[in-house]
This record gives sequence, structure tokens and C-alpha cells, in this order.
Amino acid sequence: MAVGEPPLPPTDVTRMPPHQRVAFGLLAAALVAAPVIGIYPVFLMKALCFALYASAYNLLLGYAGLVSFGHAAFLGSAGYVSAHAAKVWGFTPELAILAGTATSTLLGLAFGALAIRRQGIYFAMITLALSQMIFFFCLQAPFTGGEDGIQGVPRGKLLGLVDLRDDRVMYAFVATVFFGAFYMIYRIVHSPFGQVLKAIRENEPRAVSLGYRADHYKLIAFVLSAGISGLAGAMKALVFQLASLTDVHWSMSGEAVLMTLVGGLGTIFGPMFGAFVIVSMQNYLAQLGAWVTVVQGVIFVVCVMAFRRGIVGEIARRLRRPL
Amino acid sequence: MRIAPALALAAALGVTAGGAQAQITNNEIKIGILSDMSSLYTDLAGAGSVLAARMAVEDSGIAGRGFKVDFVSADHQNKADVGSNIARQWYDRDGVDLIVDVPNSAVALAVNTVTREKNKVFLVSGAATSALTGAQCSPNTIHWTYDTWVLANGTGNAIVKTGGDSWFFLTADYAFGHQLEADTEAVVVKQGGKMLGKVRHPLNTQDFSSFLLQAQASKAKIIGLANAGGDTVNSVKQAAEFGIVGKGQNLAGLLIFLTDVHGLGLPTAQGLIFTETFYWDANDQSRAFAKRFSERNKGIHPTMVHAGVYSSVIHYLKAVEALKADGDGAAVVRQMKATPTDDPLFGKGSVRADGRKIHPAYLYEVKKPSESTKPWDYYKLRATIPAEEAFRPLKDGGCALAN
Amino acid sequence: MIEIFGHSISPIQLYGQIALGLVNGAFYALLSLGLAVIFGMLNIVNFTHGAQYMMGAFVAWLLLNKLGIGYWWALVLAPVIVGATGVAIERLFLKHLYKLDHLYGLLLTFGVGLIIEGLFRNEFGASGLPYRIPAEIQAFGPVDLGFMRLPPYRVWVVVFSVAVCLATWFIIERTRLGAYLRAATENPTLVQAFGINVPRMITLTYGFGVGLAALGGVLAAPIYQVSPQMGSSIIIVVFAVVVIGGMGSILGSILTGFALGVIEGLTKVFYPEASNTVIFVIMAIVLLIKPAGLFGRTT
Repeated sequence: MAVGEPPLPPTDVTRMPPHQRVAFGLLAAALVAAPVIGIYPVFLMKALCFALYASAYNLLLGYAGLVSFGHAAFLGSAGYVSAHAAKVWGFTPELAILAGTATSTLLGLAFGALAIRRQGIYFAMITLALSQMIFFFCLQAPFTGGEDGIQGVPRGKLLGLVDLRDDRVMYAFVATVFFGAFYMIYRIVHSPFGQVLKAIRENEPRAVSLGYRADHYKLIAFVLSAGISGLAGAMKALVFQLASLTDVHWSMSGEAVLMTLVGGLGTIFGPMFGAFVIVSMQNYLAQLGAWVTVVQGVIFVVCVMAFRRGIVGEIARRLRRPL
Repeated sequence: MRIAPALALAAALGVTAGGAQAQITNNEIKIGILSDMSSLYTDLAGAGSVLAARMAVEDSGIAGRGFKVDFVSADHQNKADVGSNIARQWYDRDGVDLIVDVPNSAVALAVNTVTREKNKVFLVSGAATSALTGAQCSPNTIHWTYDTWVLANGTGNAIVKTGGDSWFFLTADYAFGHQLEADTEAVVVKQGGKMLGKVRHPLNTQDFSSFLLQAQASKAKIIGLANAGGDTVNSVKQAAEFGIVGKGQNLAGLLIFLTDVHGLGLPTAQGLIFTETFYWDANDQSRAFAKRFSERNKGIHPTMVHAGVYSSVIHYLKAVEALKADGDGAAVVRQMKATPTDDPLFGKGSVRADGRKIHPAYLYEVKKPSESTKPWDYYKLRATIPAEEAFRPLKDGGCALAN
Repeated sequence: MIEIFGHSISPIQLYGQIALGLVNGAFYALLSLGLAVIFGMLNIVNFTHGAQYMMGAFVAWLLLNKLGIGYWWALVLAPVIVGATGVAIERLFLKHLYKLDHLYGLLLTFGVGLIIEGLFRNEFGASGLPYRIPAEIQAFGPVDLGFMRLPPYRVWVVVFSVAVCLATWFIIERTRLGAYLRAATENPTLVQAFGINVPRMITLTYGFGVGLAALGGVLAAPIYQVSPQMGSSIIIVVFAVVVIGGMGSILGSILTGFALGVIEGLTKVFYPEASNTVIFVIMAIVLLIKPAGLFGRTT
């Protein structure tokens, strides 16, 4: 990093261990097979966007140890910008998504710079306060359409060539982006940078005494997490052709926590599983009305009391290998 | 010419003209009731809407004439993305032919777009936005029950005519609230009234004391409540607490449902004036319906939204039975527009080219506790607005289908 | 006339709005008191607080409509009943989470809050239920403050909240029981070694904090509609109040509650759309300048 800092720890993490290679292989196979065996592509895309969102959140919570209550701001603002870019400015989808991601990254930089100075619950509260202000802005700003949201967003033609209106073509695009971004998260976590982050999470004073600038690392982790959340949000806006206030509301930040918790805090594959479980549950239980709230509450309670490692965490424990 | 052969000829022509669509998709008519099952609109729509749809199918007797009807229902949780997602899934995967209800204008607009894309049918009973028959009008959508224009016009006109010519608005700060306020202001000003001020409060405000005080200070004769649900209920309740009503100022509720009055209780709600298009105690037919409905709905009596779901489904089934097909949504809607409506709840009416269902509107006032003689006996009729005057004129909407 | 942001108001009206702000502040103070007690003493971020406030209001309604028990008894019974449920939550769930990261306690209370809200909504619907202002208070007639006539119930709210807040502060900061409590938070093992039953104190403290929330609910029932959503609307504001005041400080929460009520009241006059958000802006500013809160002790 900067001059005078100690050299990064030896990188014995460059080779992916076999069980994780298997997991990645299974993931790729599942992504390809799912629409073929008849699972509804729009449902899959929704789950993938949330899987990416949860994985980005986990980067911050599980690996950097920072609890944020404001991630909805990144998901939602990227969604709005991407929707606006596609609908009003006529951007092609990849540029619209880039615009959204850039927005959330910058927002992440701004939020992070302010919040990083504090620890623990105070850090969380600052992120909450900042994201509430974003919510207010999105509510008032004319371009967001208030509670109607931005509707009728065109999916457009990828690179000006491939029409994304067909759900299966869109799915191929989303699945590819997801796989790429997810792999990127994997590489971040297993890089020297990721090791330092883990060290900071375990024992910050010690890491600082070894010469690492903890605030710097935390900020970078925050910005990465914000950016990837934005990527998920920008894609989601194009999948559903809609950007709405739901995505910037604080309960969306709560969803990120829920998915990460259910899937497994601090595991790579966990949040993805958690996202699939929660999205499926919301789908099936939509018919039951108010019971959705109760079931979500029960899941929180059960996970915290008895199931703290989450689904993938439990699997990893059985296999005695990190996942 | 004798009727029967003419009809037979017409039917035959209709069948051949329909061509490949002359069949019921998946051999069943599938109705999806998309409503708010868990938050503010649960009571005025929610499970009651599902019941209303079922009763409509039962009363039409269509199942006995060789048609199979099935239902699905879901909670859109007042989120446009959830609603649009459910609609998409229902149309793509679950073979749903018709979506009804949808309280919440933002969700309704989203479902409107999806329905048009998939060429199905959307009969809106719960949402208010007049954009559904205006800029966002669609050949696949019919806006039943009411809209912001009816409410603004009915209530605004009637109140100004009876002397309420200076207004102060208490508006929910979101698009629906702004629209309701704008529509009512236009009516008031046109009738020669004055706008003395307005204040916009955040959605889901608990405490209105500050806003009500501002309204009181303005000395406007009428305080218009351009909000809905819990916000309206709280505004009315706190206005009563502050003793605002009756000291030369009155409240005008711009969007009030039977269940809101029930939630407030007559002592607090008495004297409220507003417009609705259906009331369960209006005539014998509506009373009979209300009796059957409330027995299956935990005693809760039907609101105009429930009535709208019933009425729209009955008319839809008539159209599908006539066409013997439900695959082409726009064709069914054309049939619905071509046929006059007649049901026990809204009486005789019609569907306009822009998708607006036309029927009379009524100005009601909430009774005093002493005037109420039985449970749910809440309203007294102040005026009837004939169907031709109640809705926004066809040419004013900006709908492409109006030409 | 004072004119800001295009809204003008006469000084007399301004005093009226400030008075109303104080009334709201009384609610915030009472509710944040319960949260501050729980966090300050037990280090638990009690996200169930909103649902417990709502339960207090519903218990009052049920007592009146099912058992014919009126408001004055409800003021005593509802906190006790809901406090008992709080004790149950602590014994069944929270007790096991103390050794873990605070995040888990937070998530658990959040989950319990969701369950309670969902169950109540299923049972009672979303429109809410009416609860009359007690006749004895209403008979008092509006209180003439000179610049405005305040409904008597609102005056009662302020008076009662101030009394409860002061009593609580006194108990915790000035009595022996309070001293044991504060000591037990700092060093449970040592205090237990002195023979004081620390786990039981913790349980009772949680119950007490929950009872305070329920008390707020009973107070709210006559003026806000008794509905299952009433808790989630107010919880996030109350959290902001506690954070701004200082998460461990009882006095901080009380004073900040009142102050924020007034600030919110003024915002409702000059920039009403932002009245929900102004508290968060203040929270962000305070957290950046003095993270422990205005009255908090730095940990």
C-alpha cells in the first residue's frame, strides 16, 4: 500500500482448495441448469440480484466485521440511477448498470468516509441515519417519481446488439454478471487484502500496532461492498423494469442482514443460499398475508438462538472445511 | 327479424372472428386477487376482496354452465416491485387470466404495464389514481369503483355549494396525496372558492396536532384531508380532540372508507363528509349482499372496494361467457366495453372507451351516534351525483384510446 | 410574523407549536427512557420496544372492551402484564445471548418484534381501534395557556411523563437499588460475589424497561389510533433519540426526547415534509461530532 507499511503477508491463498472448486463448479452448473429444468427465470434473476446484494453485505459484515444498517441506500440509489439512465437518457443496459454502480460506489465512499471513524453500534447508527437521508431525498426528488417509482424501464439491447426483453436472454446476462461479481468477492476475500481485513476484524489494535492503517482497509471494504450492492440494485431495476422506494427503505437493509444470517455469516457461499431461501419464502408465503412478517420474525429468532452458523456455516462445519 | 336467429348469427360470427382465440386457456378461467393483506388497506380490501370475487363467481352461476373457475390471491405489501413481480409470475407461469383489486396506486400502475405487455385483463377496484384512465390508459385495463377525480369533484363541488368556500389542505406528502389535493383545489377554485393554505405531512405520521393547529390558524372554513388510511384516521381523531370541528371549521375527508369510520367510531367521525360509490345500506339488494358478505367476513361489512371487485368480476364473466374465450385480454375488455353493466351493487352503468367504469356517485355524511340504529349503520345520504357528471369527461383525460 | 422557507407564522402561533412539540417530546422521552434503561444497564439494543409499546396500547384497549377495566387501572395493569412478557423473553431468549456479540441480541429482539406485530395484525386488522379519552380528564376542559388552548389530555401526558421520567432517574441514580444495578452492569461477577442475585436483577430491569414502553402505549391509546403498526412507526425515531442523548444516559434520553420533540415541532411549521427526517440529520451530526451522544459516557 503506502511507503513505510509492512509488506503484505505471504500469499498462500492463491490456489483455490479442491472443495471450493467443487462448490464453484456446482454453482456454475446450477446456474446453467436452472432455467432449463423449468424454474421461472424472473424468480431466478430476483434471487441472484439479492444473492449478490447479500454477498456484498457479507463482505462488510462477515469479513470486515462492520455492521451497516444503511445498505439499502446503495441498492436503491443505484437502481434509481440505472432506471433513469435506461429510460430517460436512453443508455444501453450495460452503461445504465455501470452508471448505477458508479453512483453507489461514490455514495459508499462518502458514507464510508463519515462512518468509518466510529465503531460498533455507532457506526451502524451513522449508516442508518445517512441512509434515511437518502430515503428522504429519493422521496422528494422529482426524477424518482415518489412512491410510484420509475416505471416502464426498458431493458434495451446489450451492447446495442442483444435484445434483453426475452426473460431467458436477460437471465443469461444476469447469471454471467452474478458469477463474475461473486468470483470477484471470492478473490477479494482470499487475497492479501482480505487477510488483513480479517486481522483487523479479529483484533484491530494489534493490526494497527503491526503498522496496518485499519481505517484505510475498512473504508476500501466499505466502498467495495457499496459498489457491488449497487451493481445488484442496478441489475434488479432492469430485470423488473421498475425502481421504487422499497429499495431505499431501511427494511431492505434488514433483509440483507437476514439473508446473510440465514445463509451463514462469514462464509462465502452462505449469503447466496440465504438469499435464495428468503426470496423463495417470500414468494410462497405471499399468499398468506400477514403471516410473512411472523415467519420472518420466527426465522430471525430461530437463526439467532439455535442456528447461528447459518445453512452454509453448518455444512462447512460438517465438512470441516471453510466455505 | 327474430332475436334468436340474429343472436345465433352474431355468436357464430363472433366465434369465427375470434379464430384461434375462441377457447378458454388451460380450460379454466383463473382469477388473481392481488391486494394488501397485511398493512393499511387490509380491512378495506384484503381478504374481503378475495371473498367478493368468490361470491361473484358463485352468483354468476358460470361454473354450472360448463366453465371452470379457479382463484389465486397474494399480498403486494404496498410495494410496486412485489406487485409487479407477482403479476408477472401469475401471467407467465400460473395461467392467470385476470387480476382484480390492487389497492395502492403505485402498484396498480406497475400491474397495468405488465398486464398490457402480456395481453391479459386488469380490473382495478382499489387504487385511486386517475392516471389509469388518463396518460396510462390501456386497452387491457378497466378502472372500476372510483378515482381521485370523482372524489375531488364530488366532495369539492358539494361542499363549496353548501358554503364551504375557503379551504386549507392537509396533504400526505406523496404523489397520490398531491394529486388528490390538486384535483380538489381545481374544483374549489372553479366554483369560486379560495385556497387559504396547505401543509404536506410525511406519510404515516402519528401526530397531527401541529398541522391541525396551522389549519386552525388559517381560519379556513373547510380543512381538506388529502390523505388516506391511518393518516386520515389519526387526523380526524386528533381534530376531535382539539375541538376543531364545530367552531366554524369542518373537516372534509377526501378518501374515506367504511372501515375507517368503523375504526374511528361514530363519536369521533360524526359529521365527516365524503364521496363514495357504494354503501351497503343503500337499498335492498346491497343489504342482501352485505348480509351474505359479512357472515363470511367476520362481521365486517363490504366497502366500495369489495363491491367493485364483485361487480367487475361479474361483468368479466359475462364477457368471457359471451366470447367463449379468455386468452386475448384486449378482446375481453372490448367486449366488456361493448356491453352495458348491470349488477345488484352499482345498478346500471357502462364502461367507457378509456377504460373508465361509469356509475353514480354519492355524497355521504357520517351519522351522529344517536342516529345510528344498528351495527355498521354509519352513513346518511346528502346528495346523489348522476353518472354523467361524476367522472372526468372523456376528452380531458389525455388517454390515447379516447379518440 | 416570522418568515422562514416561505412559511410565515406569528409569534403566538410559534409558542403554540413549541408547546405541542413539548407534548410529543414527552412521549419520546418516556419511550427512550425504557430503551436507555435497557441499553445502559444491560447493553441490549431492544428492537422489540416498538412492539411492546403497541402491546401496552392494545392491553389497555382489551382491558376496557373485554373486561370493562378503565384507563386508570390500565395505567398500572398494562405495564405489569407487558412487563411480564418482557421477563419471559429475557428468560427464554436473551439470557443465552449475553456472551455473544451484541448484534445477536439486536437481531433477536428485532425478530420478536416482527412476530408480535404480525400476530396482532392478523388478529386485529390494520385499521386500528378507537379508545376514548378518559372522561375525568376530558371534563377538565381545555387548558388556557394564554397563547393557545391545549386539550387537557395533552397536558396530562406531559405532566405524567415528566413525573415518571424523574422517578425513574431518581431510582437509578440516587437509590441503593439503582446503585446495585449500575454496579452489576459494570462488573457482574464482582457484584454477584457480594451475594446480589445479578441475573434476577437483569431480568427485572428488562421487564421494567419493557413496562415503561407499555406505559407509553397506554398513554398514547386515547390520542393515536390503537393499531399494530403504531410501534414500528415510532421505534426508529425513539432509537435516534437514545443515540443522540447518549446510549447509556438516562438523563440524556429524557432531555433529548423533549428537545427533539420541540425541534420536530418547529420543522413541522417551517419544512413539514422533512419532519420525519430532521431527527436523523441531527443524529448523523451528533454521531460525527460526539459519538457517545450529547450526555453519554465514552466507553
